[in-house]
Amino acid sequence: MAAMTKKIMPASVIVALCWLGLMLLVAIFADQLRPASITALDLRARLVPPVLMGGSINHLLGTDELGRDVFSRLIASVQISLMIAMGATLIATVFGTTMGFLAAHFRGWVEQFVLMLIDFQASMPFLIVALAVLAFFGNDLKLFICLMGLYGWERHARIARGLAIAANAQGYAAAIRQLGATPLRVYLLHVLPNIASTLIVSATLSFPEVVLLESGLSFLGLGVQPPMTSLGNMVGYGREYLTRAPWILIAPSVTIVLSTLCVSLVGDWLRDRLDPTLS
Amino acid sequence: MTLLHAINLTRDYATRAGLFSRLQSVRAVDGVSLTLTPGRTLGLVGESGCGKSTTGRLVLGLEPPSSGEVRFADAAMPKPGSKQWRQLRARMQMVFQDPLGALDRRMTVAQLVHEPLVIHGMAAGPERTLLVAAAMDAAGIGPDLAPRHPHELSGGQRQRAVIARALVTNPDLLVCDEPVSALDVSIQAQVINRLVDVQQERGIAMLFISHDLKLVRQISHEVAVMYLGRIVEQGAPDAIFTDPLHPYTKALVSAIPSITRRSTPRIVLDGDPPNPANRPSGCAFHPRCREAVASCRVDTPALRPTADGRSVACHLVPSVTVSEAA
Repeated sequence: MAAMTKKIMPASVIVALCWLGLMLLVAIFADQLRPASITALDLRARLVPPVLMGGSINHLLGTDELGRDVFSRLIASVQISLMIAMGATLIATVFGTTMGFLAAHFRGWVEQFVLMLIDFQASMPFLIVALAVLAFFGNDLKLFICLMGLYGWERHARIARGLAIAANAQGYAAAIRQLGATPLRVYLLHVLPNIASTLIVSATLSFPEVVLLESGLSFLGLGVQPPMTSLGNMVGYGREYLTRAPWILIAPSVTIVLSTLCVSLVGDWLRDRLDPTLS
Repeated sequence: MTLLHAINLTRDYATRAGLFSRLQSVRAVDGVSLTLTPGRTLGLVGESGCGKSTTGRLVLGLEPPSSGEVRFADAAMPKPGSKQWRQLRARMQMVFQDPLGALDRRMTVAQLVHEPLVIHGMAAGPERTLLVAAAMDAAGIGPDLAPRHPHELSGGQRQRAVIARALVTNPDLLVCDEPVSALDVSIQAQVINRLVDVQQERGIAMLFISHDLKLVRQISHEVAVMYLGRIVEQGAPDAIFTDPLHPYTKALVSAIPSITRRSTPRIVLDGDPPNPANRPSGCAFHPRCREAVASCRVDTPALRPTADGRSVACHLVPSVTVSEAA
């Protein structure tokens, strides 16, 4: 009886999807949506509060210490942060899953090598590695995204390896291989869809972490460089005006919290939807 | 005409008993030879851990033997994972003990049965659909089950889906590894009857691995009894089950439940099967054998033909030389 009834999307997921959709639109159309340039200074209108706190309609979310429009900067920040977080999570998931599958397929010294890399990654504080790389190679957005992509790959690799070994040892993957399928077919068409739900949850966990890591590095001055701006960057600079002009920091903080929460909610719901036995 | 020859197969596995102990070799299968013929069934029986399933995997070429050779249709078995090996899979299929584990739970029955044809690029379009329908019909799954997922099926239906998938490429050889031991008895009969019917129709050679002696007796043309990696007795099922010669077979046969009062007393074996890593000297069965004599502890008996056309590996069973038997 329950199998045939179509599952209704919970309200929280609808809200989360709407928010993420909005973020995506903002990121895509950032240049059109922005009312002012992110570097336009208005020194006569410094630290103007947002509309709701008694500010002017010219600056919806107020201005910062140099009189730059917080709303415009927020839109630009969403674009940069979303690009970094999505790119990095995608790289980490693809790279980690590939490594995990390679380890599970070849076993032997390949597996030992991958496990060694995993242990190396897990035992090194990532911030230190990031600092070293950025200090040596300078800062460039593409490099930064790739570097962030290294964050958390070991978790995906461990999950993919463990689940692939379990599938290989007994059960459907062994059965498909026995039917004469190539390893590529076994891993991409059978193992991957079966473990996708776990990987998606893992990816939704690392998405917020990448946002926070980017914020941390930007805060240290090693992430996104001014005049470019990111959510973490805005929080970092707004910190100094926490008592006098909290809106500089609140706007990006709320965006970070809402976006990461929505990603987690959607990920959790997706996992349930992708499992045919849970219907 | 034989389809598959397995000659003197041996399979060793390396294990470690503890953290600091040395690697030791465990011989799961030791010198097994068997022959499979189209349209006939070889039943392989024995207790858990005696190497039945490993023998099945070696016969299919799913893993390479440590020594010995498998010849399928007069050609050596290619290396596992090679292109020729993959192509050969269309001609030899396996039916698994755990159907739910063997089926990808994200796919429908129709997709599952389709898969081997896609893998081997066999048939296309409407012809492929016909083949799938024929395989499902042969395995006894109605078309109404085609859009279902494995978890929506009963145990018997799942096993039939596995059988349909195995049959769709029209294989010459089928290895059934305890195919019905997870099903209840009434369903067992249905599934087995289907399997035997299809086998007879298509002339499939079958290796049927089971610990269910009655079932093996019912469907096999020949039975091989395994103990600790070796075949100890092999012959026609009626001969083996009415008049077992090897002491181990005697104990097995006496353990078959019977509704009539048994004429022979039940033989209860002492102890557990010995550890394959620490194989007893001489005949592996001697520590549990009530008929063992001094030579059993020293010499390993070879599988030798007896007067009634069977083969037995026991010092106490008189053998005939091949010329005498012929």
